[in-house]
Amino acid sequence: MTERLFWFFAALAVGAALLMVTMRNLVACALWLIQVMLALAALFVLLHAQFIGAIQVLVYAGAVMVLFLFVIMLLNLSRAESDLRRAPAWFLALIMVGLLASQLVPPLSRYTRERLALEYTDSPVLANPAIVFDSTAFASGNHVIRATLERGIPGDVAKPMFEQYLVPFELTSVLLLAAIVGAVVLAKRRI
Amino acid sequence: MLVAESLAVSAILFVIGVAGVLIRRNAIVLFMCVELMLNAVNLSLVALSQAHGLSGQVFVFFVIAVAAAEAAVGLAIILAIFRHHKSVDLKNINLLRG
Repeated sequence: MTERLFWFFAALAVGAALLMVTMRNLVACALWLIQVMLALAALFVLLHAQFIGAIQVLVYAGAVMVLFLFVIMLLNLSRAESDLRRAPAWFLALIMVGLLASQLVPPLSRYTRERLALEYTDSPVLANPAIVFDSTAFASGNHVIRATLERGIPGDVAKPMFEQYLVPFELTSVLLLAAIVGAVVLAKRRI
Repeated sequence: MLVAESLAVSAILFVIGVAGVLIRRNAIVLFMCVELMLNAVNLSLVALSQAHGLSGQVFVFFVIAVAAAEAAVGLAIILAIFRHHKSVDLKNINLLRG
């Protein structure tokens, strides 16, 4: 069941992404991108990252995309003429994309259980995945499921964030402040 | 676990985002394609966090925060460009081209 839902939402995300890249109308582009983000939020929930899924819907599909739609409608760009590049640039782009896809997709889709077991056990020799995944760590699920059982859904992200990554977290607040000031300075006619 | 499957989906989404950046000329669409690429990377981070611990999910949190900041500043830049050129088509914006 999980697998079937996963493939449903994965197909939804890829299809919506293709439509987003090819749509001429900018509002349609933005709405298809929102569809991609919602499908990805569902994938996050299926991968046991419920908190990240909620953040994805609230911040990305909510706040960021509303900002995009706001700018598109403010500038009245929704009926723009086609902005696809001309023929030579098209072919070069397709060649580059094909090269990138051939280098990126096959190795990542061959990410085997053996490789995962090797990374999970952190040992130099190849581990037997059957032993690793049926041992104590994976018997009650993976890292994330165990952390959720111990600390609850927001707690599994909160503990590393406020212990190990406290300084980056505080720096993020400085970054957001700088972004607010920068956005106001850039968008204002006269300061 | 669905790790390999998630990584494949994230690679496909990333490649679609790169294709969008390469074939479109509208600055706002380019921005949305960058957001798509960030989302694809987020998916791979979440998938791998199942085997490597919760740091991946914390990274996704930071990526989302940085993307929000980037969208705010980037759209302000696009607004400023539109005010100057009356267009957001990249063929009109070549001030930094050598």
